[in-house]
Amino acid sequence: MIQALAFYLFATIVIASGVMTILSRNPVHSVLWLILAFFNAAGLFLILGAEFIAMLLVIVYVGAVAVLFLFVVMMLDVDFAELRAGVAKYWPFATILAIVLLAELIFALAAWNAGTISAVKAAPMASDVPNIEALGRVLYTRYLYIFEAAGLVLLVAMIGAIVLTHRTRSGLRPQNVSNQIRRRPEDAVINRQPGVGEGVEL
Amino acid sequence: MIGLGHYLAVGAVLFVLGVFGIFLNRKNVIVILMAIELILLAVNINLVAFSVFLGDMVGQIFAMFVLTVAAGEAAIGLAILVIYFRGRGTIAVDDINQMKG
Repeated sequence: MIQALAFYLFATIVIASGVMTILSRNPVHSVLWLILAFFNAAGLFLILGAEFIAMLLVIVYVGAVAVLFLFVVMMLDVDFAELRAGVAKYWPFATILAIVLLAELIFALAAWNAGTISAVKAAPMASDVPNIEALGRVLYTRYLYIFEAAGLVLLVAMIGAIVLTHRTRSGLRPQNVSNQIRRRPEDAVINRQPGVGEGVEL
Repeated sequence: MIGLGHYLAVGAVLFVLGVFGIFLNRKNVIVILMAIELILLAVNINLVAFSVFLGDMVGQIFAMFVLTVAAGEAAIGLAILVIYFRGRGTIAVDDINQMKG
């Protein structure tokens, strides 16, 4: 009972905040609604028993991706009212498309209910181990290479983002490491023994 | 009791919302990227729901990979957006026709 109640609560908020993400006039509000949607989707995953994915959703999406969006939205000085101008023109087509797509998905769902899926399991879920351990047992054995490839994807994304947005600005006087290392004591230090009252000529 | 169909319905509605958002905000790349994130979230809900109700861990593994790719895609997309804004001073997507592709 409480599970059904929690499901309907989370599902309603996910869909409502999805709607608000799309329809908000201000992109900052859009990002905040997106964060709410992710939190509630994490709640849905918790009800399902996929704890690790739920926590990953909160950490990766809310902690990294949504904050990145927030940074970019706030950093760019864009006239968002001008970008909203096309909405009045686009919404009839968008609505028709959405209704057609939703109808197709409902048909697909009904057709799936009519048939059955053969129960050949690639990695059966063990009931006696926690979710994270079960995930690790499959991820680090059968899917090890794909896991490494996922790490590579993240590395490429990181390098790509840095290379794209990095710019060399003129007029700066940065540290020149090779000059510093090449400098010898005989170039930099002079020993003098000046007489009394004569001073040092530099 | 909550069954697989309920989760699939939530995923379907969220997916349609994402597609609707892309077509509704055709000029605003930031909202388009957010709509793509919504679509990927819908895919993840479907993957995890099937994984749990069929008793198979593979769905959750692939949900993790989808999450990885979504994070990379958001980072690269926003980087492209930032350099585009630097060069042009606007992010209206329907002006991007320099390459006449």
